[in-house]
Amino acid sequence: MKKYQHKVIKFSYALVRGILIIGLSFIILYPLLLKISSSLMTQKDLFDQTVYWISRQPTLENFKVAFSLMNYPKTFLNSFLLTLLVSTAQLASCLVIGYGFARFKFRGRKLWFALVIAVLLVPPQLIMIPRYLNFRYFNLFGLIPGNGINLLGSFWPFLLISLTGVGLKNGLFIFIMRQYFLGMSSELEEAAYIDGAGPIRTFLTIMVPHAVPAMVIVFLFSFVWQWNDLFYTDLFLPNAELLPHVLKDLSFNYGIVHLTAAERAALLTSEFNSILNNAGIILFIAPLILLYTFLQRYFIESIEKTGLVE
Amino acid sequence: MKKDSKLKLSLRSKRGLTGYLFISPFIIGFILFFLYPFIQSVIFSLNKLEITQSGFVLEYVGLENFREAVLVHPNFVRILIEGILGMINDIPLILIFSFFIANLLNQEFRGRFLARTIFFLPVILTAKIIYNLEQGSYIQQALNIQQVSNIGGIISTRALQSFLYSLKFPYNFVNYIGYAINRLPDIINSSAIPVLIFLAALQSIPNSIYEAAYIEGATKWESFWKITFPLISSFILVNIVYIFVDAFTTPQNRIVALLKEEAWGGAGYGVSTAMAWIYFLAIAALLGLIVGIISRYIYQQQH
Repeated sequence: MKKYQHKVIKFSYALVRGILIIGLSFIILYPLLLKISSSLMTQKDLFDQTVYWISRQPTLENFKVAFSLMNYPKTFLNSFLLTLLVSTAQLASCLVIGYGFARFKFRGRKLWFALVIAVLLVPPQLIMIPRYLNFRYFNLFGLIPGNGINLLGSFWPFLLISLTGVGLKNGLFIFIMRQYFLGMSSELEEAAYIDGAGPIRTFLTIMVPHAVPAMVIVFLFSFVWQWNDLFYTDLFLPNAELLPHVLKDLSFNYGIVHLTAAERAALLTSEFNSILNNAGIILFIAPLILLYTFLQRYFIESIEKTGLVE
Repeated sequence: MKKDSKLKLSLRSKRGLTGYLFISPFIIGFILFFLYPFIQSVIFSLNKLEITQSGFVLEYVGLENFREAVLVHPNFVRILIEGILGMINDIPLILIFSFFIANLLNQEFRGRFLARTIFFLPVILTAKIIYNLEQGSYIQQALNIQQVSNIGGIISTRALQSFLYSLKFPYNFVNYIGYAINRLPDIINSSAIPVLIFLAALQSIPNSIYEAAYIEGATKWESFWKITFPLISSFILVNIVYIFVDAFTTPQNRIVALLKEEAWGGAGYGVSTAMAWIYFLAIAALLGLIVGIISRYIYQQQH
């Protein structure tokens, strides 16, 4: 009898948990599904009361229009190169800095680590204008005479702040890498030292290959945040053709190319505007979803191994 | 003998120097791209800044920029207060929700891998641009109307709310529950990283503690409150700090948008920097207060 009761409790618990997880998963997936479904619709479908999720005549027309108006191949490449550059630089710098904090004892280590956290806590908006002006008239802080070089519009500002570990949310990445290295046993390292390898060689040949789980997390986060970023790209690349920028102007450009002035005003509030934008959004996030599906196995496993834990 | 001790000392300081070599990128970045602009931003907030052909000129105006931000600007104070109140409303929700989800995802069940994959999906879907486009989207507006008139929409709270009213729950409490449920999609979106942090913390608790408690006759409920909760409590603090930082730097935040608008084309660089300082100090004070209160109650592990 007691065994039977136990089984019922266990089953009903699993049922409640299952419903909760499926329900919450639905809320998460809902906006994405809605975008996919509406981006395949024609304008006719939007007025058809009998169409709810699935279009009567699924069409790729919205994607074609969005693809050509966004100049997708070129802007994709721009976005991809910038994001890859930034995330690789951030990964490299945070790896090195995190290792330094985790494995070496030196004076002022606690102070410098506190400063890493401080950088994370200060909103970038506070130093946005000085940074903007410093890169606009970049003179290596007084070392280059004259008015300085205008670095805006190039990738240099991104590269400089990423390589020095003060870029977008880099404090978090340094924290993750440091925690990971702290959790690794030092036996491998000691063996390498005994065999005569120096600290840099030990780091490159022993520690880095073992830090892949944490590196996956850092790379994925850094890639995603840079890909979605409008703050730094607006600040440093005012006229860049990057995916978020062309996505912002998608329906406006559609109006310029295809419509008269009167129709244009109507477009901005119309249904067609939203299905076009949804197609654009899908094109914008498709690379991220692709990356996530490739990395998610490592990513989910890494979460178990990384243990951002003291 | 003497030679030997000299060698030992130099080995240790060599090790320290190598440490500095490893963190040197951060030291350079901190000084050039953080400390320098940070000091400049103090100066800018006290000056009128104008861009000329060959650079920029500063004209000292004292606290004029701060006065303008607080007393002259039509919206700043209102947006600031609304923004901070919104944050205070959301933080407990995100915290409780992510703690709950982390516990859920930490259990063994079929499809756990898939569930985790879905729950971390919001990490990649939180672009500001998507949010902006959604605000103006026809489909989204149609959905909002549906939600108001309660025919469909994603979640309907009217039935629940009237049920809770009839049970004589306090009015404010029921409203907060309704607010929480309506905010659920946003709460989920901001929860991905706090869930990650809680999940990692949960996994760091050794299983042997639970086994010992089980042998001593503790129920799951007891071992949750006596083992899991104290051991995880320091991560509540970490998460509060993270959620705070995330909330006050997210581009969805209206204050952040305002700072940018004012700098380019609005009230000017000086006023914008002054606003950023007021914002930063308000947030820092609030964060300090919350951390101060909570750190009294968390369990500190003895090392």
